[in-house]
Amino acid sequence: MNIILEVKNLTKHYSDIQAVNGVSFSLEKGTCLGLLGPNGAGKTTTIEVIEGIRPQTSGEILYKGKPRGAGFRKETGIQFQNTELPDFLSVKETLETFRNLYGRKSDINELIEICHLQPILKQDNRKISGGQKQRLLLAMALANDPELIFLDEPTTGLDPQSRRHLWDIVHQIKKKKKTVILTTHYMEEAQILCDRVAIMDYGKIIADGPPEKLLNEQCNGTTIILAKPPDDNILDRVSTQWIKIQDGVEIYTENLNRSIKNLLDYGIDLSTMTVRPPNLEDLFLKLTGKKLRA
Amino acid sequence: MIRRIWTIFKARNNEFFRDHAAYGWNLLFPFLVIIGFSIMFNEKQQILYKVGIVYESGPGQNLNAEKITGSAIDDTQFLMFKKTKFTEFIEFPDFQIALDKLKHHRIDFLINPDTRQYWLSTTSPKGYVVEKLLQAGLVSKDSLYTRKKITGSEILYSEWLFPGILGMNIMFSALYGVGYAVVRYRKNGVLKRFSVTPLRPYEFLAAQIISRMYLLTLTTLIVFLGCMLLFDFRCQGSYWSLLTIFFLGGFSMISVGLVIASRSSSEEFANGILNLISWPMMFLSEVWFSLEGTKPWVKTLSAFFPLTHLIDGARKIMNDGASLYDIRYQISMLAVMAFLFFMTGSILFKWNDE
Repeated sequence: MNIILEVKNLTKHYSDIQAVNGVSFSLEKGTCLGLLGPNGAGKTTTIEVIEGIRPQTSGEILYKGKPRGAGFRKETGIQFQNTELPDFLSVKETLETFRNLYGRKSDINELIEICHLQPILKQDNRKISGGQKQRLLLAMALANDPELIFLDEPTTGLDPQSRRHLWDIVHQIKKKKKTVILTTHYMEEAQILCDRVAIMDYGKIIADGPPEKLLNEQCNGTTIILAKPPDDNILDRVSTQWIKIQDGVEIYTENLNRSIKNLLDYGIDLSTMTVRPPNLEDLFLKLTGKKLRA
Repeated sequence: MIRRIWTIFKARNNEFFRDHAAYGWNLLFPFLVIIGFSIMFNEKQQILYKVGIVYESGPGQNLNAEKITGSAIDDTQFLMFKKTKFTEFIEFPDFQIALDKLKHHRIDFLINPDTRQYWLSTTSPKGYVVEKLLQAGLVSKDSLYTRKKITGSEILYSEWLFPGILGMNIMFSALYGVGYAVVRYRKNGVLKRFSVTPLRPYEFLAAQIISRMYLLTLTTLIVFLGCMLLFDFRCQGSYWSLLTIFFLGGFSMISVGLVIASRSSSEEFANGILNLISWPMMFLSEVWFSLEGTKPWVKTLSAFFPLTHLIDGARKIMNDGASLYDIRYQISMLAVMAFLFFMTGSILFKWNDE
């Protein structure tokens, strides 16, 4: 195994808040790890401590088997969750500014192409859209041809099309065998992009592994979706794990036939019913009893 | 290292030149102030006369007057004169300083009641009037005072004001251009983004200082040349000396900005601190008016401000033709302040607020 990053029993306290509580994992080179969890789970704090932005309270972080040194900054690329860009600079100038801070550089034309920046190169940073800004921030994170890339909620707040653009870029990064740590609260994103996910809640990793393996191990059931939700007391009798969503209710069941029979017995109209296999959202619901995007 | 400093330097300059509002303000504001004050003080007559008083014969006083017996307290004419209304009497411990003030019409009249002499500039109309006031207070027809004449070129208020306006412009540009900008960078996460690159804090700070020094030099030069052409101001001393004092003054005030910006990520807090520093500095550093006649503690306080030494040095060069050696005190003070503030700012500096 070629371990690029090792995190051992990491903790981070803010006065009376324990943001990170004993996080440990190791990461093989070329892996895309997704840190998954709701807002406030400790994802951003965990990766900011690993990035060196914030000091840890305790624990050890090893990069290529050694404590992080000057080489860590040179060989890592970081996209923060909320970063403004310098005012009055164009997209190209911004990219060149950050690229010129490194000794080892990516080919700028390749960066522009990968991140689809050509149409906006001359635009002022203040005049680009959210999706364009995220693509520029991603290009900045790749400016030094990094070995390890941190992407902190890169698609939060983006429209579906911009989100898919970002996913395409991450796929291209993965093809180059780069190691990626990505935080998100979009389970679909994690499932599509990540080779491995670590689910966080209250500063702890509560599940860690490849998505399919975790789902196979933890979620043997199925999710029933009803557009017209029945009464809560009926739902409670059908399954202990259900949650109301915008378009109805999701019922997780490990015995589909029995649940459908129960719903029919209670006289529930199943004409709007759809059934889907379990996903990370269901896994999170099962592990914590709450919705991921709560 | 040089490449990284150069990269940040270029980016910061581009930001400045493309921010037309701030750029225009830096250039236009000093012209407007000079024009405004030139008009105000050319049209409006001052009603207050300033009379300097020196006692005894100081070390710089080389007088050929006869020694007169009796003290000032016994001098009825002088006591009557001191009761003159609309006249301010300012005591000077040093005769030479008082004489220099008289030469440049910063005071209108100078009197020594112990030696019973007075001095006035023949080019000063106010001096003439004050002389008449003194003579009007004669108890005896035979005046005991010997009239002495001095000659010297008058410094117009706008000429006296000009170095102050340049200094003030440097102060605002240095404090806000560095202090406020760095706090804004920290607040919106730009500093955080820089912190994860190989850019070191001292490289970032050096780039900020060099960029601001370059911009200050450029804007000050434009304002200086513009005012020299528009108002026919004169610079009695060397331009290199002037450049040196402006350079040191700018550097020391940029360093003050760095101290303010070293930790905070609150623009409101930084703005408050910048106002707290810049306004007293502007009023107590003789930008607009001389501190002659104010309480000693005010002068002591003003000595802690870099702007005081910048303006004092610049005025001595421009109005009196002083050399760098003549203003060695101001240069030394600015150099010490620049070093102390820069070191403090560098030590305290943090990329983010944790």
